[in-house]
Amino acid sequence: MRPIPFLLSSIVTIGLVYILNNPLGDAIPMPLGTFLSPQHGFWQNAEPADADFSGSLDIPGLKDKVDIFIDERLVPHIFAQNEEDLYTAQGYVHAKFRLFQMDLQTRAAAGRASEFAGQKAIDFDRSQRRLGMVYAAENALTEMEKDPLSKKIYDAYTRGVNAYIQSLTPGKWPLEYKLLNASPEKWSNLRTALLLKMMAKMLTGGSDNDLGYTNAKTIFSDDAFDRAYQVIPDSLRPIVPKGTVFPAPAVKPVAPATADSLYLSGFKPVAFTENYKPNPHNGSNNWALAGSKTLSGSPILANDPHLELSLPSIWFEIQLTDNSGTSYGASLPGSPFVISGFNDHIAWGITNAQRDVKDYFEIRFKDGKKDAYWYKGAWEPANLRIEEIKVKGGETVYDTVAYTAFGPVMFEAGFPDKTTGNRNLAVRWIGHEGSDEGVTFYRLNRAKNYGDYVEAIRTFTCPAQNFIFASKTGDIAVWQQGKFPARWNKQGLFVMPGEDDAYQWQGYIPQNENPHAVNPARGFLESANQRPADAAYPYYIPGAYITARGISIEQKLEKIDKATPEDIRHLLNDYDNVTARAIRPALIRLTNEKMLDENAKRYLDMVKKWDLQADPGSQAQTVYQVWMDSLRAVVWNDELLQVTPKAPMPDEQVLVELLLRDSTSAFYDNIHTPERETVRDVVTAAMNKASGKLAAAENEGKLEWSKFKNPSIFHLLKDALPSFARRGLPVGGHGNTINAITVNHGPSWRMLVHLTKETEAYGVYPAGQSGNPGSKYYDNFVDTWVKGEMYRLWIMRKEDAGDSRVKWTMALNP
Amino acid sequence: MKKILCVILTAFSAFVLGEYLPWWSVAIAAFAVALIINQAPGAAFMCGFLGIALLWIGSSSWINHLNESILSERIASVLPLQGSSILLILLTGITGGLTGGLSALSASFLGRPKRERVDYQNYYRNKMK
Repeated sequence: MRPIPFLLSSIVTIGLVYILNNPLGDAIPMPLGTFLSPQHGFWQNAEPADADFSGSLDIPGLKDKVDIFIDERLVPHIFAQNEEDLYTAQGYVHAKFRLFQMDLQTRAAAGRASEFAGQKAIDFDRSQRRLGMVYAAENALTEMEKDPLSKKIYDAYTRGVNAYIQSLTPGKWPLEYKLLNASPEKWSNLRTALLLKMMAKMLTGGSDNDLGYTNAKTIFSDDAFDRAYQVIPDSLRPIVPKGTVFPAPAVKPVAPATADSLYLSGFKPVAFTENYKPNPHNGSNNWALAGSKTLSGSPILANDPHLELSLPSIWFEIQLTDNSGTSYGASLPGSPFVISGFNDHIAWGITNAQRDVKDYFEIRFKDGKKDAYWYKGAWEPANLRIEEIKVKGGETVYDTVAYTAFGPVMFEAGFPDKTTGNRNLAVRWIGHEGSDEGVTFYRLNRAKNYGDYVEAIRTFTCPAQNFIFASKTGDIAVWQQGKFPARWNKQGLFVMPGEDDAYQWQGYIPQNENPHAVNPARGFLESANQRPADAAYPYYIPGAYITARGISIEQKLEKIDKATPEDIRHLLNDYDNVTARAIRPALIRLTNEKMLDENAKRYLDMVKKWDLQADPGSQAQTVYQVWMDSLRAVVWNDELLQVTPKAPMPDEQVLVELLLRDSTSAFYDNIHTPERETVRDVVTAAMNKASGKLAAAENEGKLEWSKFKNPSIFHLLKDALPSFARRGLPVGGHGNTINAITVNHGPSWRMLVHLTKETEAYGVYPAGQSGNPGSKYYDNFVDTWVKGEMYRLWIMRKEDAGDSRVKWTMALNP
Repeated sequence: MKKILCVILTAFSAFVLGEYLPWWSVAIAAFAVALIINQAPGAAFMCGFLGIALLWIGSSSWINHLNESILSERIASVLPLQGSSILLILLTGITGGLTGGLSALSASFLGRPKRERVDYQNYYRNKMK
């Protein structure tokens, strides 16, 4: 033995093992030894291209055997003999293909993203906690578990997810855990509730603008404010056809006596910035054609929810069959049921209602301890909830959130930062109220007719959706369904006084008064995030409505006759720029060509010759949109920047209506110049401004629309994993075209269902069934989606078990 | 022959241990084999290095072939390897190899007789004897 060389060599060996067994900072955040080991690390996730997905597993708690047939697109067709087993199998399959996604999304929903992402996510986590996301999920869970049937189903789903997690050794964990040096966590019914709250926040969190509007009110008069932020544009095509007569409202909210003095005057800017506000483009299309409009005489229904596009997708395609029948469509990993889909009798689809269901109340605390606040003439104790935020690679952060009669105090001195003064804003959100959204889908999956559908959606609370419906018996319908406060005029548009209950919600709009339409004479119904009804609707319903796509869909559906599924597929991929179609004549007429620079003249010419299609290769679409964005900035910024933070940018539709109908508006004037600018001045100036940006893009060869906007689908961990993304996709479209693709946002699932005797259905989403970046099924639908093509959806029958489309079979045994 | 046997034995035992133990079991395998097959330090290092490196390069190459390089190209961009699957496989091999080699080197010192100290003062006298 040679002790000294032995010792030295051993120390070096142990040191190397130690280094390779630990993360190496930001550049290499994973322990390299484990990560590279072919038997333990990422190589284990490199799925063979001809991988075998067949297998069997015993799951204690199952009542009977469940057969899962997996087709060539990796779509599971689950056949169970009872509903509990069905949802256990769905949980198992979701986890098998999407475990990391489910874990990440629900941790983020609960304000636990820092456990994966470290310090950079602390602010996000605080904002989730302060909005009361966990409080909301706990309230939902109470409701979900109150009903024995619901509890049984959520328990079954959770059992399935956990059966998969328990079947894994660390070497088989999803790749992302290895990259992040983290481990999976057991599933629970609370996490299903958290997922639904994530959806609730995503789809209602951007629909209120209380803070921004309060700021805007410090610079605009009542009249100017109403015009800048109008929600009933003249061009509106509401969901409920115009001319519908609404019954007198059963609830008549009354404004408090102090409204004019305490609420609608004396506005002071709110300095808080709303970070992590959901994307305002979170919208969608759906429509249903009655048999009178189709070639076959059977209804056709289409749906494309527009959400952030990600790899893996928020959706997972699935067939669920038990003794009650079959449902098929897009499911949400983390939740049982089919969410947008069809069964043997009906089809349904969803779009977002965009209604404002979140209000802020100004709170006065007794002192810095924040455990008491002034309410109804006395110091009322506040419930203090201590939030513990664990941080990867750092110390645990604690945050104290005061809960009031309105809800949690979201904004206060110290949140989101220390410089925002001493105001305190409590938030009241419909999402806080206990509700069981899942039961709606449980019933929809089994609905046979219009009556069943209405019964299914009746209890749906948040996020409010436009449920479109068509049945094989020939009915079509749409309901805007959610729980909505019945508001007096302008209630909740701005931050409200919170020293008593005078400004609290006085009641809710009765469910049967929610906007709806059934079997209209025109033979079609549609919703595309527009205001659900025109001014005839008897309630005050603020929201972040989107007008353009509804106009486009109605224009096309009005013209269509003897529609085929192929026609509808084309419509889902439609690039017609309906906004430009409406205002191009005005824009051209209002441009003073003599004042344009050389490039601008050329660009104007391109717009003049444009076919108005936002095609991926269109240069004129780029010119038009940059010009329009520039025009919005020229028209509004002089006003909006008078307050800090900047007042919200008025909707594009507001400018459209101005250009079409008001050539002398005071908004065109730049308030910082002595002369009064006209509409011609601003339209011309906007083109000259745009031409600089356009010329720069042209020099880089990026004037074509898809090159200019660079549509991309990122992995859930976004910038951290650019090589896991699909970038530079050759697709066109914009928020105002039916095919509403923006940079990383758009039709996250396209579905069309032809309700013939044998259902004929098509679907596609821009990702793949597997969440594993090492699988060829990770992004194999992307190219199909890019081309605007759809897959024929195979509604498998049990007797098809020997069909060549069945590639693999999985058996789950009790 | 002994050298080849050593490499094969190292790779084989590392593979078996790896099925049950964490990645660093490659160090145990290389160490044990180097104790059993006693070699000079340089040869022991080479045996440990090659045994593990060949195991890791071989198995990762096979996995990569079946996977059609889908994942390795993505990972080789997360790690600073210009998206090259080959560089990633080499890095895999070197990482495992160094661990195995150093461990085997340590073991070789355990099993070696103490080297005789050279008596420089009497060097020539001793030589003359």
